[in-house]
Amino acid sequence: MNYTLDFLPVIDGLPSLLAACLGTLGLALGGMILAIIIGVGGVMLRDSGIRQVRWLVIAFVELIRNTPFLVQIYFIYFALPLAGIRLDPTPTAIIALGINGGAYAIEIIRGGVQSIGKGQIEAGLALGLHKTQVFRLIVLKPALRAIYPSLTSQFILLTLTTSVASAIAAYELTSVAQRIESDSFRSFEVYGAVTLFYLVMSWLLMRIFGLIQSRYLSYPVK
Amino acid sequence: MTNHATTPPAATDTPMIVMESVEKWYGGFKALTGINLSVRAGEKIVLCGPSGSGKSTLIRCINHLEAYEKGAIRVDGITLGDDSSTIDAVRREVGMVFQNFNLFPHLTVLQNCTLAPMRTLRQGRKEAEATARRLLDRVKILEQADKYPAQLSGGQQQRVAIARALCMGPKVMLFDEPTSALDPEMVKEVLDTMVALAEEGMTMICVTHEMGFARQVADRVIFMASGEIVEEAPPEVFFSKPSHARTKQFLGEILRGH
Ligand SMILES: Nc1ncnc2c1ncn2[C@@H]1O[C@H](COP(=O)(O)OP(=O)(O)OP(=O)(O)O)[C@@H](O)[C@H]1O
Ligand SMILES: [Mg+2]
Repeated sequence: MNYTLDFLPVIDGLPSLLAACLGTLGLALGGMILAIIIGVGGVMLRDSGIRQVRWLVIAFVELIRNTPFLVQIYFIYFALPLAGIRLDPTPTAIIALGINGGAYAIEIIRGGVQSIGKGQIEAGLALGLHKTQVFRLIVLKPALRAIYPSLTSQFILLTLTTSVASAIAAYELTSVAQRIESDSFRSFEVYGAVTLFYLVMSWLLMRIFGLIQSRYLSYPVK
Repeated sequence: MTNHATTPPAATDTPMIVMESVEKWYGGFKALTGINLSVRAGEKIVLCGPSGSGKSTLIRCINHLEAYEKGAIRVDGITLGDDSSTIDAVRREVGMVFQNFNLFPHLTVLQNCTLAPMRTLRQGRKEAEATARRLLDRVKILEQADKYPAQLSGGQQQRVAIARALCMGPKVMLFDEPTSALDPEMVKEVLDTMVALAEEGMTMICVTHEMGFARQVADRVIFMASGEIVEEAPPEVFFSKPSHARTKQFLGEILRGH
């Protein structure tokens, strides 16, 4: 059997594939922002000293980390309307990605916070700062710096996970590729191109993460 | 650092710090067993004693870094309660310098000094920076203002930590073994800074085993053991005629160590 490559459908579909890459990056960016908010907020709540809140955060993290993302996104997509909230697939996907990424971010950021010496916190308190100020102004940045590599690889994973959002037909690269593939039957060519696009997007994000690190998170250490 | 230090302001009779029967437990372990201590405004106290005797615990109770179970503490007339308002008020009056400096690594020297005044005293950036520069100059480190802590030597870091505490305009300074983590050649620069501060009339409690410093500036030397104040006396008396066996033994060990 001889398979002849035919990239014409890919080339014809290029504008929509590239546009879909932006969709993917949009989902990823929205998901990351939400994940950071949930991650930092979750760590603050977890360490707030209120027992019920602490357990709620732990339960949330366990629930999310021990169930498949596909199920989570379906659940949110089909459960929200039952609660009277109607959202388009794309915002739904962002929420699902943010919640999923947020649960992992809580665990990662907490590790960073725990790596900060008690002396730093005490110095802040002795200067009259409140607990939340100490967290925000003294602990957070060194903590993020400490776990930055883990957090960014989690965010790369989150970016790749956006492809699962094709299951609810959110606007992103994989779902657009699926459409072109089913119109043209050029599976190898289409998914070959898509693989390359994901690779480039990951690489681009890593570069951006690197820039953010050197701009905002670097300072001399011993 | 100072030009009016020839006549050190005498300690007055107003108590700046009062501790009454303060008891502190760590779980089942009693770390402070009824501490009574009164420190007059302008007085300089050196606190010494063997490891684990409760020196750090005592001074950390004064700014409520440690909660205590029994007794009362008053600082400049403010009775320390468990509510955050009195704790805030006391912390505004009390500066603390730690053994390991505890400078914030992600902030420059100047930012280390302006952070708390801007946040807790609501000073504007200009005002906070002016104060910080003045105090950094006083500890002779103004030229390092834009460096990060990791770029400084231990002695320089500790002087920044002193300036940072002074930026809050405290009435009391607590020092917890400020020179113990330093290389020997840097001890002097930090002690000199502390001596100058003492000469300007700051109320100070210093946990330190630098007996030269104690002789030079202390009004009283207090010896602690097992969570108790065992002996207190002016330095001349403390070093020449200690009355308790444990003090004598401790002094013997300290002097042998030097
Ligand atoms: N967080 C804690 N939990 C339990 N025990 C503690 C804690 N902090 C201090 N202790 C105990 O309380 C006692 C007094 O400790 P503290 O740190 O005040 O001693 P110290 O006189 O400052 O000693 P050092 O010279 O070693 O600094 C010690 O026996 C110590 O083991
Ligand atoms: Mg100690």
